[in-house]
Amino acid sequence: MSTTADNMLDPKTSPTFPIAARGMLGDTQLRKNVRHATEVIQNKRARVVAEMPDWQQLRESGRQIREHAMANLDHYLEEFERNCTRAGGKVHWARDGEEAKRIVTALVKASGSDEVIKVKSMTTEEIHLNVALEAAGVHAYETDLAELIIQLGNDQPSHIVVPALHKNRQQIREIFQREMNLPELGDKPQDLADAARRFLREKFLRVKTAVSGANFLIAETGGVCIVESEGNGRMCLTLPETLITIAGIDKVLPRFEDLEVMLQLLPRSATGERMNPYNSIWTGVHEGDGPRSFHVVLMDNARTDVLADREGRQTLNCIRCGACQNACPVYRQTGGHAYGSVYAGPIGAILTPQLQQMHHAQSLPYASSLCGACYEVCPVKINIPEVLIHLRNKVVVQKGFSAEAVAMKAMAAIFRSERRFRAAQRLGRVAEAPLVRKDGQGGGWIEWLPGLLGGWTQVRDLQEMPKETFRDWWEKRESRGN
Amino acid sequence: MGLRVALFITCYNDTLFPETGKAVVKLLERLGHTVEFPAGQTCCGQMHWNTGYQAEALPLVGRFVEQFRNAEAVVVPSSSCVAMMRDHYPKMAEEIGDKRLAAEVAELLPRVYEFSEFLTKRLELEDVGAYYPHRVAYHASCHGLRNLGLGDGPMRLLRSVKGIDLVEIDHMEQCCGFGGTFAVKNADVSSAMLAEKVTAVLNTKAEACTACDNSCLMHIQGALHRQRTGVRTVHLAEILAGVEETAQ
Amino acid sequence: MATETDKVVDSSAAREEILRRIRAANASAADAVRTEQDWNAIERNYRREATRSHDEVLDLLEDRLRDYDAHVVRTAAVDDVAAAVAKMLSERGHKRLAIPEGFDAAWLPAGFDFAVDQGLSAVELDGFDGVMTGATLAIAETGSVVLQNVAGQGRRAVTLVPDYHLCLVRAADVVETVPEAMKRLQATAELPTTFFSGPSATADIEMTRIKGVHGPRFLDVILLT
Repeated sequence: MSTTADNMLDPKTSPTFPIAARGMLGDTQLRKNVRHATEVIQNKRARVVAEMPDWQQLRESGRQIREHAMANLDHYLEEFERNCTRAGGKVHWARDGEEAKRIVTALVKASGSDEVIKVKSMTTEEIHLNVALEAAGVHAYETDLAELIIQLGNDQPSHIVVPALHKNRQQIREIFQREMNLPELGDKPQDLADAARRFLREKFLRVKTAVSGANFLIAETGGVCIVESEGNGRMCLTLPETLITIAGIDKVLPRFEDLEVMLQLLPRSATGERMNPYNSIWTGVHEGDGPRSFHVVLMDNARTDVLADREGRQTLNCIRCGACQNACPVYRQTGGHAYGSVYAGPIGAILTPQLQQMHHAQSLPYASSLCGACYEVCPVKINIPEVLIHLRNKVVVQKGFSAEAVAMKAMAAIFRSERRFRAAQRLGRVAEAPLVRKDGQGGGWIEWLPGLLGGWTQVRDLQEMPKETFRDWWEKRESRGN
Repeated sequence: MGLRVALFITCYNDTLFPETGKAVVKLLERLGHTVEFPAGQTCCGQMHWNTGYQAEALPLVGRFVEQFRNAEAVVVPSSSCVAMMRDHYPKMAEEIGDKRLAAEVAELLPRVYEFSEFLTKRLELEDVGAYYPHRVAYHASCHGLRNLGLGDGPMRLLRSVKGIDLVEIDHMEQCCGFGGTFAVKNADVSSAMLAEKVTAVLNTKAEACTACDNSCLMHIQGALHRQRTGVRTVHLAEILAGVEETAQ
Repeated sequence: MATETDKVVDSSAAREEILRRIRAANASAADAVRTEQDWNAIERNYRREATRSHDEVLDLLEDRLRDYDAHVVRTAAVDDVAAAVAKMLSERGHKRLAIPEGFDAAWLPAGFDFAVDQGLSAVELDGFDGVMTGATLAIAETGSVVLQNVAGQGRRAVTLVPDYHLCLVRAADVVETVPEAMKRLQATAELPTTFFSGPSATADIEMTRIKGVHGPRFLDVILLT
């Protein structure tokens, strides 16, 4: 039941999006599951958002709060550290994922436990924490149902909020039957949930150390807020002796009051609920209630690089709701794994390459038709299409010379001159002539195009260019005196 | 009072869909306006800008302003091109660092309209006296829907067409999968998205699919034709230009 | 409260580096005065106060709680509370409940087995039929009940481990919106706080909502008007 390094979603080694997507498109079960799941959440979200007369105002405030937090991030992180420490917590800082893993591992060891129970955390997925713990002889039990399914199935998350949405009940039952030794297990969702409940309860009541992420770090109070549905978070946050919370530095909120906006935006956007079942807010250590030892690891891991990019930094507004994934027509076809990163879909397409400092995942900004559905649903108004275009420019500039760049420069020269443009139009007609097949009605169609354009004719025909362009027609008309 | 309307045909309409331009001219003249065609026009720069070749797109801002600065109104039968200009020209002008250009862009853009919004918002029309006796399905192009906020404008124009049998498709607002160079760089996903759109169109048994953008229609038509479905695509302008005498 | 881990990690170098990077990225260090001004300037045009009458608010709360399959009853007279508790527990077939320190003894009916939590272990808590507490407040719009670590509500584990939670909420503590709730919680924001909105649930299996993974599968409310 261990997490191996073999099937990690690692942007440094994942195949490019077009190649990975082609593989996913062939998985009919995946496509059915993804279509179903995203449609269900989208519809639920639409219903509960429609109930809110002030939804757009909440979005605008959400955006401003997050941008303000990023613009004053040093101030708020220091304030958080001060207040959390005052309340008995210990705050640590990690420049990157490697450092974060070292710190967490050391803290777990120091707690005297060789097992931990984990609350779902995308941040821990991002740095592949479980692999590092395993290598240090510490076994991590995922307690979120979807993460449990992923872990037992030796799989990877494919969605921020519903990580196992690519699995159906039969697939889940097979995993549980095998890993929990329950050969008679039925496949009704209730049976599966009950099996998980029993399997995990034993761990909750026994394991001494827990690792969690955080939805929000509240600077004003030094508090941490976790938003969840199942109750496994509450188990991990209150029953063990030691709690280690790891959070990206972008999780910070200025004040307690700011939760009033986030706790309305997040549940409605993420799961289409008016409020998710449990929100836990705690500050440092509280005598007799929860862990005696509490640590927060604040991790950078390239977030400051994103912050330094004037157009890219709005990416850090993200509150990890996953609404963009549910709305995305590309994600709908491919699911999350095609993005080769734990952050998939629209947010993944902009966050992943930036967290890689643009050294990897350069195909992700192109994994979008720029339809804008994501921007429409983003609760904190990240203009994802704009960031995608910005990152595409970075990729092009970085790449420099390529066949595509040569073609693009040639096209640009053509567009800068009326004479060249008209010449190109005539040339296009000449060049395509050998590829045109006439149909019976006098129309001509191209069914195959070479090179870079070949992708078009893979599944589409292309009508031949008309004999006369619009401007040819216009000029004839004008010369005839209209 | 007739307006002097300058037509920005767009590079791909000029080259591949001249019929759309002709229909725009015909309709606007029928409504009593004068159409002008600045001959030096080429392209808005969207393909370059969206694909990441921003430096190559910048010169086209000045070109557009130069061609159209004197127009009373500019009409563009392509919502993605208008979105390009509205969403990006102001900051492109800033990037170029030309304050006068930036001012001219700000002054010109409010007079630039996508074709359907010119009719519904500038002329405040819904019934343009059109006749088109066919079963037609409407696809809401993404840029028109989300960037320009066309709303139900195109549908209202279509509903007023005499003889039309207008049908709604499932997931009307879902992207068709064209996305410019996306259609070629991510051809597999593009065609998966297209398959859903084509299925939705075929389910309505429409004779034709229409939209405000020939980019979407070219992509949808590509599959409709490849699959030999017998269903065609037609730009909104060509439907609205139809009159009884010329009905096919 | 020092632990062994104090010596284990020293991240002061990392701290300085990260703060330096942030200041470079923002092109300046944040200034406390300006930061406060900027925070105060954030636009907040969303609803921050009730738009419904208090009676409507109570009705809305009941409605939303029933959406979560909670049993909800109202009781007006002080003397009826214990009776209402007895009825609720009998309906559910529960006899043995844990209660937090400071729970109002006047609300305890005879004929049931109540044990005050004075440090029950998780395993012991697991052995009860359920838990009964008061509440800090309730939010009608979202059907949420909020508990903090105070007298009558108890520590977090007490409402987590048992399978059933009976919550007594005063009508005066019911607000309509989330912003009103946060305002009331501001003074005690540092206490361990839990928002409950329906029973534990998951939709991780084919998007089918299933109740009761961990945490109480059943939540009932008595509204004291």
